[in-house]
Amino acid sequence: MSDKISKNKIDLISIGIYLLLVVLGWMNIYSSAYDGSSFEFGSRYGKQMIMIAMTFVILLILLFVDVNIIFSASYFVYGFVLLALIAVLFLGDKTGGSRSWFEIGSFKLQPAEFAKLATALALSRFLGKENSNFTFDIKSFVSVLGIVFFPAFLILLQGDLGSAMVFSSFIFVLYRQGLSFYWFPIILIGILVFVSFFFINISLIFISLIIIGLISYRYITGNLKDTIFGAALLVIMILIGLAIIIFFRANIKVNIIITVSVFIVSLIVVVKSFKEMILKSLIVPVLLLFYIGSLYSTGYIFENILKSHHRARINVLFGLEKDLTDIGYNVHQSKIAIGSGGLSGKGYFKGTQTKYDFVPEQDTDFIFCTVGEEWGFVGTAFVITIFTVLLLRILFLAERQRSVYSRVFGYSLAGVLFFHYSVNIAMTIGLFPVIGIPLPFFSYGGSSLFAFSVLLFVFLKLDTQHNTLYI
Amino acid sequence: MKTKIFIVSSIFTISAVIFIVKLFFLQVIDTSYKLSAENNALRHITKYPVRGKIFDRNGKVLVSNKAYYDLKVVPRSLSEFDTVEFCKLINISKEDLIKKIRRKRHSYQAIIIKKQIEDIEFAYIQEQLFKFPNFYIEKRTLRDYNELTAAQLLGYSAEVSGEDLKRDDYYKPGDFIGKSGIEKKYETYLRGEKGEKIFVVNVHGSVQGIYKNGKYDKEAVAGKDLISTIDVELQKYGELLMQNKIGSIVVIEPATGEILAMVSSPTYNPDLFVGKKLSKNYRRVEKQKGKPLFDRALRSMYPPGSTFKLVNALIGLEEKVINKRTVFITDGYDAGTHIVGDHISGLVTFQKSIQFSSNAYYCHVFKRIISNKKYPDYASAYEEWKKYVQSFGLGISLNTDLNFEKKGILYSSTYFDRYYGKRHWNYNTIISLAIGQGELGFTPLQSANMISAIANRGYYITPHVIKKIVGDTIAKKFTEKHFTKVKPEYFEPVIDAAELVVSAGTGFSAYLPGLDICGKTGTAQNPHGIDHSIFVAFAPKKNPKIAISVYVENAGYGSTWAAPITGLMIEKYLTNKITKTWQEKRIIKADFINKK
Repeated sequence: MSDKISKNKIDLISIGIYLLLVVLGWMNIYSSAYDGSSFEFGSRYGKQMIMIAMTFVILLILLFVDVNIIFSASYFVYGFVLLALIAVLFLGDKTGGSRSWFEIGSFKLQPAEFAKLATALALSRFLGKENSNFTFDIKSFVSVLGIVFFPAFLILLQGDLGSAMVFSSFIFVLYRQGLSFYWFPIILIGILVFVSFFFINISLIFISLIIIGLISYRYITGNLKDTIFGAALLVIMILIGLAIIIFFRANIKVNIIITVSVFIVSLIVVVKSFKEMILKSLIVPVLLLFYIGSLYSTGYIFENILKSHHRARINVLFGLEKDLTDIGYNVHQSKIAIGSGGLSGKGYFKGTQTKYDFVPEQDTDFIFCTVGEEWGFVGTAFVITIFTVLLLRILFLAERQRSVYSRVFGYSLAGVLFFHYSVNIAMTIGLFPVIGIPLPFFSYGGSSLFAFSVLLFVFLKLDTQHNTLYI
Repeated sequence: MKTKIFIVSSIFTISAVIFIVKLFFLQVIDTSYKLSAENNALRHITKYPVRGKIFDRNGKVLVSNKAYYDLKVVPRSLSEFDTVEFCKLINISKEDLIKKIRRKRHSYQAIIIKKQIEDIEFAYIQEQLFKFPNFYIEKRTLRDYNELTAAQLLGYSAEVSGEDLKRDDYYKPGDFIGKSGIEKKYETYLRGEKGEKIFVVNVHGSVQGIYKNGKYDKEAVAGKDLISTIDVELQKYGELLMQNKIGSIVVIEPATGEILAMVSSPTYNPDLFVGKKLSKNYRRVEKQKGKPLFDRALRSMYPPGSTFKLVNALIGLEEKVINKRTVFITDGYDAGTHIVGDHISGLVTFQKSIQFSSNAYYCHVFKRIISNKKYPDYASAYEEWKKYVQSFGLGISLNTDLNFEKKGILYSSTYFDRYYGKRHWNYNTIISLAIGQGELGFTPLQSANMISAIANRGYYITPHVIKKIVGDTIAKKFTEKHFTKVKPEYFEPVIDAAELVVSAGTGFSAYLPGLDICGKTGTAQNPHGIDHSIFVAFAPKKNPKIAISVYVENAGYGSTWAAPITGLMIEKYLTNKITKTWQEKRIIKADFINKK
């Protein structure tokens, strides 16, 4: 409920950038399909135009909806979308190995696109109810994780890894709302460990982790003597293990010896920490064991859970496989298209790579190629710049919200938008595996355009009453 | 709180900077992508040149080209189509079609669905092809044999092999290359130069237009035509005479070294090796009785037999161990361990020794050559003799413009040193060389060249089959004279005797009044069965127009088969008519392959 109503003007800068992105997006869709014939509404650019018009109509309506209705409908929308996500698993249309579409007449609806909006609403509502730090309360913490990961899990069940990964972008919200910054290096090391799994001998990763762990332990506890003692103990145990392998010709893997050694030393540290009541020193052994555990499970997940096309894409990204005709083809062609644009591009309608269909999905996930080919570096730099300006503008707007609800929603919007735009561009230029997520406002597709537009405009609507406090 | 906002903003900004820097490198610094883009959107269609034609010496077409068509498709561009109707149209089974496409289904490169479709079928397919827009036709040419003759000499062409591709990067898979004969030797002239047409295509391979209005297109340059030295009528007549016989005929124009005819029998129909017929027929022809693929004229090595007496006579005269009045009283020749038999005995003059082919006479001549006091020992005398023989083009590679020619067998003295022990051999040990048997082996081409050198009184020009390359010149070596070590004046007595061989000697069955044929019979001993019949000859005696060697395997004495064939060939060439028709009939009817 709001305790005070004060009306502000809607943020025109955001709307301006939004309109610019939508128009540019449509122009590029038109160009990638343009073949010199006259305008047709049945074509993809025609359909997209109708979609844009319909979205605008709904956005107009949205601007007249009372903010309180949005606020109170948050959980309802979330629940409704969860139901849709479950329903699509059973009733959905199966395309390309994943079951993620509802087909209603000639329109296709992708509930996953709306799940981001719904999760943003529910998370805002949950975190907005109190002004305290959710990380202090284990129950709140688990609930927050649940709100974010449950829809992600359902989407994963559809087989849509890309859309599920989008939910990791809510980390920005959690960070803003109290999650310690230390989580970032922890997550970063986690990612590094995961990535290096594909390149480096696993024993080498273990040893690097042990060294990082020892240094952190020294840094956290300030106790050099214990650190050296722990290091010596580890070295001795590993050497003993190696001696056993060599002299008894025992069939034990080196990794197992390292793991066991780390486990024993960690156990000593844990016992010591509890004895001396220095709980912060617990973090090193716990994390170390966690990483080593996840390394083992990564291997398991990679071999047993990921689908073969995911595995192939990861392998291509890391350069472990060079297949330019099959999986690597997309990225290779996409880089050719963008790279061939040069500084100022080949000119509107003049792209050969995108127009002659060399780039697959050139109007959806790879729409950025058309930008790169026809508008060159000038065009790509411009698009990235206006996306960044929009993101920073949203952050600025979020920070001026009086209500936590609105701020959390703003951060959700910024996070999701950032994730989509950065991962999409990163995959077209070969910095990230192809996970098949659209470029917001640009890519062909009604669900995506509609969901992002509503996400943005709900926030802009909330911002018109940024002095209002919702509890 | 300020730091948190700052960090989030920084993440957004730094990502943007990373992207922009990466894009700057990708789009502005690195130019390799622009090239890839061009290759991507352009399709380079090879325009195949027409292979050069081959004519006979009188301008008759021997080999020309006919058009055929390949049906192709870019597998990745395929959309659904009526396979049943399609298979019926091009007459292949559905399984074959699926197998062809499936293997390359991700390929952007066109594959051939059906190759070498001929005119009639092509017309039918083209009418219906509009129903299958992904498939298209590419025109090629194949060899067309106007005269079904000289198969081994002309050779055949076929698709390049993996080795060809490795050796010369001019070739691309599917190109044709000469595999044997003239086709192989003159490949670089015959093939011409491939052209190229560049189209702008989309990813489905459908053509969107011509790149830059054809600015970078290149026309194919047709291969150069060759005019051969072959007289097609003579060649065909030779093949007719040799039918059902194993052996060969080589005919040379002495003054020029031009090969007028070169028959290797049995032969095969060159049309059997055209295009896709090759794979079907090759094994079968290869295994046929008499091994038609083996070019006997170039590769079969026979002891020259008595024809070699001409050479030994010439060497004896030049070495002055005999003269044209030298007489031997013979009753065979006692070689110590055995007696060399003879069919004449008593007083044998130089002339008679050739006319009636005396063995003993030449044993004596050979003995005198090898035991000549001019030389310190037998071995060096033998080496000198060997040089004489080689100067007639025998036992050396002639370096013609033909493939796979054999060098023949002519050992050096060290061979006998090894075999008998150094200084443990003399003229008697190797006495069979005196009469052209034993450790000797020459090809029919070398024999023909030898008699051509005699006809020229002391020189030969390297035999060759191509006299002119249209728009180019032939190698200079085909006009240069190679002189024998025997001086011209010593030839006359030998040639006089050779004339008597035909007019009143062992080669009488080659005799034709007024043609002044000079020749020599020979019988190559065959340890595996009946001896081979040999005859070498030239005519007319003055200003010789034709030199010829004829080999008929397992036919016995040279006088029975090889000599009459020689006579008929010479008459055919010099007068273009046949007087001894009864002899012609008898020879054509003779069959040494199928009945014993």
